Amino acid sequence: MNGVARLLASGALKPSGFAVRFALVAAALLLLAPALLSDFRLSLLAKFLCFAIIAIGIGLAWGQGGMLVLGQGLFFGLGGYCMGMHMKLSEAGAGQLPDFMTWSGVEKLPLLWEPFRSAWFAVPAAMLLPMAIAAVLGAAIFRQRVRGAYFAILSQALAAAFVIVLVGNQGLTGGTNGLTNFQSFFGLTVSDPADQRILYFLVVVVLLVVFLATRELVISRYGRLLIAVRDDEDRVRFLGYDPTRVKLVAYVLAAGMAGLAGALFVPVVGIISPALLGIVPSIEMVIWVALGGRTALAWAAAGAVIVNWAKTGISEQFPSGWLYLQGLLFVVVILFLPKGIAGALERLRGLAAGRPVGGRPRVARGAVQASPPKELV
Amino acid sequence: MSAALLEIRDLHVVFDAFRAVDGLHLTLLEHEVRFVIGPNGAGKTTLIDAITNLVRPTSGSILFAGEELVGRKEHAIVRAGIGRTFQTPSVFEQLSVLENVDIAATFRLPFRSLLRRRKGISDEVAHALDSVGLAELRDARAGSLSHGQKQWLEVAMVLVQQPRLLLLDEPVAGMTEKERLRTGELVTQIAKQGTTVLVVEHDMDFVRRFAHKVTVMHEGKVLTEGTVAEVQQDDTVREVYLGRPRDARGSAAASA
Repeated sequence: MNGVARLLASGALKPSGFAVRFALVAAALLLLAPALLSDFRLSLLAKFLCFAIIAIGIGLAWGQGGMLVLGQGLFFGLGGYCMGMHMKLSEAGAGQLPDFMTWSGVEKLPLLWEPFRSAWFAVPAAMLLPMAIAAVLGAAIFRQRVRGAYFAILSQALAAAFVIVLVGNQGLTGGTNGLTNFQSFFGLTVSDPADQRILYFLVVVVLLVVFLATRELVISRYGRLLIAVRDDEDRVRFLGYDPTRVKLVAYVLAAGMAGLAGALFVPVVGIISPALLGIVPSIEMVIWVALGGRTALAWAAAGAVIVNWAKTGISEQFPSGWLYLQGLLFVVVILFLPKGIAGALERLRGLAAGRPVGGRPRVARGAVQASPPKELV
Repeated sequence: MSAALLEIRDLHVVFDAFRAVDGLHLTLLEHEVRFVIGPNGAGKTTLIDAITNLVRPTSGSILFAGEELVGRKEHAIVRAGIGRTFQTPSVFEQLSVLENVDIAATFRLPFRSLLRRRKGISDEVAHALDSVGLAELRDARAGSLSHGQKQWLEVAMVLVQQPRLLLLDEPVAGMTEKERLRTGELVTQIAKQGTTVLVVEHDMDFVRRFAHKVTVMHEGKVLTEGTVAEVQQDDTVREVYLGRPRDARGSAAASA
């Protein structure tokens, strides 16, 4: 890949040690984890790494672009359903209906499902459909200069609306149960540990590629411009740029990443249902990123793994304890660690080097008009 | 060279009941340097805001090189060739000085090429940084600059875009005497290179030193136009602007 080559070439010069750190993490994911973890834990990790792909998108849209995307479940779900529909159809075989449709009394395959028979349609659609929808929604939202908390609420409402549509169309979508009972994924048997291992590697490779590509974008000129838009959108207009376009690119890419994550999630976990993509899961996605560090892409991804690992570990010990802890964690992050774990480490490094503690990040002042608080929205 | 670059006809900007700009006519010729002065609330900044569509004119026409600006979007007006600075310097504090100027410089690049990383420093960016004296601070975070330095950074950002018309909103506010001198020289230099400049200024010493043609605004209208000397001799100007007709030196204005 062109980006990788360029990164490695420049890695020795500028981002001191990035190439080394990246290689270490890649080695840990590709070699260490499969060697050390049980089949069960490895497929859990695969699931968390799917979440990490969503988190990278949120890191881009929110951390770099200042768009608090509280409804990524919508795009995650779209990607998941695209893949789920294809898997259902290829399992049912030609002329047959997916199992849940038979139970719901559907007799003929709905037209909407027809194209998903083809993998050539379903797989690209898992990414392109969320991106197309994000493009249409985003263009309307950003052109109207809806931002800050209003944007966050709107994006959340979209996820909520999507859940309502899914639940309300039992015969078409499997309703509350969603799509489940998957047997195979492109010739792999979903229940077979060896095949799960292959899926794990697929997820790791996709994650690493998405991360590198997004990082490349963040350090590009566009990335600088995105930060400028985040900190003072109105000022950017007077440099001759249309912020709508700048924001749209990040928003659409984040949606694509969530869709891709959804498409991988379905074969890894074996289900996609409204409960996985409503308001609460969408907020949780943002919590992962907040905890990891929204302005540090790698930590945003790590946040998804850390939070979910902790969630699983703690829920196994104290079944009801996790929710409280998650709430507490979020409060702590907002109050004391606005830049998450990444910010905390940065401060520790600063202390170790004897530099004065920076404290909260300085917030760029709005030039043109008083702007809403920029810490979170 | 006497083609009109900017022609403002019967411009009105009304905020609720307040008429910030009230039937203003103004013509700027190509390559001209025009200072706009006037007491607080005369509508000077609103004039710049209306030209750049930061505020929407209530009525009237603003022709730039023969094209109507009213109703066009902010970024389209910048792309037409009008650059501006702000009274409170507004730079992107999280970015470095160099990055600030660089994203200003690349505004005409096709969007696709923005997706690549910056490699090195282009000549225009280096030149802009040099001309405002920030070359040595180029890797500093813009947020760490002093007030005056931020103002210069903003000037560098607008310079690098090579606008045909440059609108400066109180460029020396809050600057030290030395910084004022330097800014004045910079404005003169910019004008020499063929850019038309409109400077809104409060500081009368600065105006006297660097202005040739001055427009005096009062209550949203043009009161009079002329050279600094002519304007200073004008009784109505002294009355509305200085408030004290007997004080010919006009030092009261600087503290107004």
